[in-house]
Amino acid sequence: MSEMNKTGAPVAGKVREALREFGLPRLIIAAFLLLMFIIAPFTGANFWSQITNVFNRFSWNAVLVLAMVPMVHSGCGLNFGLPVGIIAGLLGATLSIEWGFTGPVSFFMAILIATPFAIAFGLAYGWLLNKIKGGEMMIATYVGFSVVSFFCMMWLVLPYTKGDMAWGFEGTGLRTTFPIDKYYGGVLSNFLRIQIGKLVIPTGALLFFALLAFLIWAFLHTKTGTAMTAVGSNPVFARAAGINVDRIRMLSVVMSTWLAAVGILVYEQGFGFVQLYNAPFNMALPAVSAILIGGATANKASITNVVIGTILFQGIVTMTPTVMNGLINLDISEVLRMVVSNGMILYALTRKTEATR
Amino acid sequence: MNGKKTSGQKLLGFLGANSVPIMFIIIIAFCIPVVGFSPTFLLNEIVTRLSRNAFLILSLLIPIMAGMGLNFGMTLGAMAAEIALIFVTDWQIWGIPGMVLAMILSVPLSALLGLLCGKILNAAKGREMITSYIISFFMNGMYQLVVLYMMGSIIPILHNNIKLPRGYGVRSSVDLTHIRKCLDNLLAVNVAGVRIPLLTILIIAAMCLVIVWFRRTKLGQDMRAVGQDMEVARAAGIDVERTRLISIVISTVLAGIGMVIYLQNMGDMATYSSHSQIGMFCIAALLVGGASVDKASIGNVFLGVILFHTMFILAPSAGAKITGNEVIGEYFRVFVSYGVITIALVMYETKKRREKAGIGQQLAAAQKEGDK
Repeated sequence: MSEMNKTGAPVAGKVREALREFGLPRLIIAAFLLLMFIIAPFTGANFWSQITNVFNRFSWNAVLVLAMVPMVHSGCGLNFGLPVGIIAGLLGATLSIEWGFTGPVSFFMAILIATPFAIAFGLAYGWLLNKIKGGEMMIATYVGFSVVSFFCMMWLVLPYTKGDMAWGFEGTGLRTTFPIDKYYGGVLSNFLRIQIGKLVIPTGALLFFALLAFLIWAFLHTKTGTAMTAVGSNPVFARAAGINVDRIRMLSVVMSTWLAAVGILVYEQGFGFVQLYNAPFNMALPAVSAILIGGATANKASITNVVIGTILFQGIVTMTPTVMNGLINLDISEVLRMVVSNGMILYALTRKTEATR
Repeated sequence: MNGKKTSGQKLLGFLGANSVPIMFIIIIAFCIPVVGFSPTFLLNEIVTRLSRNAFLILSLLIPIMAGMGLNFGMTLGAMAAEIALIFVTDWQIWGIPGMVLAMILSVPLSALLGLLCGKILNAAKGREMITSYIISFFMNGMYQLVVLYMMGSIIPILHNNIKLPRGYGVRSSVDLTHIRKCLDNLLAVNVAGVRIPLLTILIIAAMCLVIVWFRRTKLGQDMRAVGQDMEVARAAGIDVERTRLISIVISTVLAGIGMVIYLQNMGDMATYSSHSQIGMFCIAALLVGGASVDKASIGNVFLGVILFHTMFILAPSAGAKITGNEVIGEYFRVFVSYGVITIALVMYETKKRREKAGIGQQLAAAQKEGDK
């Protein structure tokens, strides 16, 4: 009996442990995506253009998912308040265009202009989250909604005049959606773009994400970054070690908010349009579920989680419509996305190990 | 609780403790003269909306009693009701029988969904609200899967007029003309130009009585015990998980019935969006009435419906009068709904923290006493 255990059990145990670590939902999603890639060629879809799609969607969304990381690290939970940062980014985008910047300059000016807004919003948002430790996620959701709906009014009222954005005749308010090819559309994606047959790689956008991800990674290894992780894993211990918990949390919220602001600008340069009004409402949940699919938990997230999660999530989002359409002429991708993304969040919320903070 | 107080003192205490309702009264007092609606019109609208929404909001009370916070999962009941109404419309059972049948059909469905929701919430203690909020999104996906893809292909739908032209899936709007206001018009009375749907109001009143009675039953008492302290309740021999489960099931079933009442008044059902906003508006209305995450009464429900929906009626016209743009008023009322929920949640969490800190200080004080 003991002989057998010595040889057989460790391997089986290790496999089981690895599986548990990976999580059943993640496994299902990864297997599903793999299946999609295998089926895709049979439905007449070009394999390389599919890969290109996944690359593109990854480059649009990765920074928004990265914006989850600082707040998760400091124990503020999943950043359902992503729209707060997105609004800062939208202010940067619209003001940069309004003030007459064009081309690549408008992109960097948008980031520059968005920064003070992101910092101001982040400070206010962080201050609020420090008041209500333990209830962050629900309140973050509604703070995000409140800010978005407040800015729905602001987009109408603020005195924007640039013809490309504002409603032409009445001269009041911004359009719901407007193209930005004259400004910073494709600014990153077209930079150093590689094209091999049907495979197109948006190198610039990927490099930009890599740069931000590296900065975050490096930051998390500085003294302040380690303190942030300490606050997230055990606030009582961190306080005892002389760390100012509230300040660290505030810093993490400001970082997340700024990353969200940059993230929406990166998204727009890939997508080619700026979407105002109700659009930011639906931005938080996909980003939250992407990082969870990547293996993050409510209080632990790494850059790897961001990369894997975004690839898996965006992979499913791009692959299912083509495969389903080709296969049974039925597009249930929207429904599938809702079920997968919210199911993943539910899974994370109900896991016992993650419930105790 | 303070039965000895006079109604005047009660009212004063009530207003003092509730900044949100007072804020609303001020907004409304400001908007009414600006808009200039006639009192009859305004009263008519308020009575209609009261009878339309009150039952739905009542469904929120029981989970609050059980300490599970605002049940964003009430949307599940609304979905069950919509599925029931699709079938009833398809079978062409009109009027009161159709409505009653829809209610009956919705009950097992919402009980099942409530059971599922309750199970999940039991696994996510301490963050019920965010979880129930995500459940409502998750189930919305499931609902679309059933209604948009399975109905007409797997689930038999007899009549083509509710199916999409492609042959399966339900149209984005289901016409409920034959059920429209059948409950409201039965026993309706006119008082000084204001049309009062007496039967609907009687049903709502009966529901209020049931809730008052329910609070006094053994189960109701258990729920309150669980709501106050789960561990203490468990020590007292209460099956905490089961009690919480039941509270969610009751809430979901009531929400389903409430949704049928709501839709019979509307007379038209937006298949894929009717339910999505209902949870938020009901919760916002309850909070406007002075309820909090851990405490809500029947009074809060009615005050909330009246204040919140008066604002709803006034906001677009007020926005148009003040800024010349009607859309602003519409955005404003959405903003106010979200804002009210945010404020209520923040107040609840800060109160909870203060209480925790208070307990800590008491303990520290007690320790000092002991040291002496």
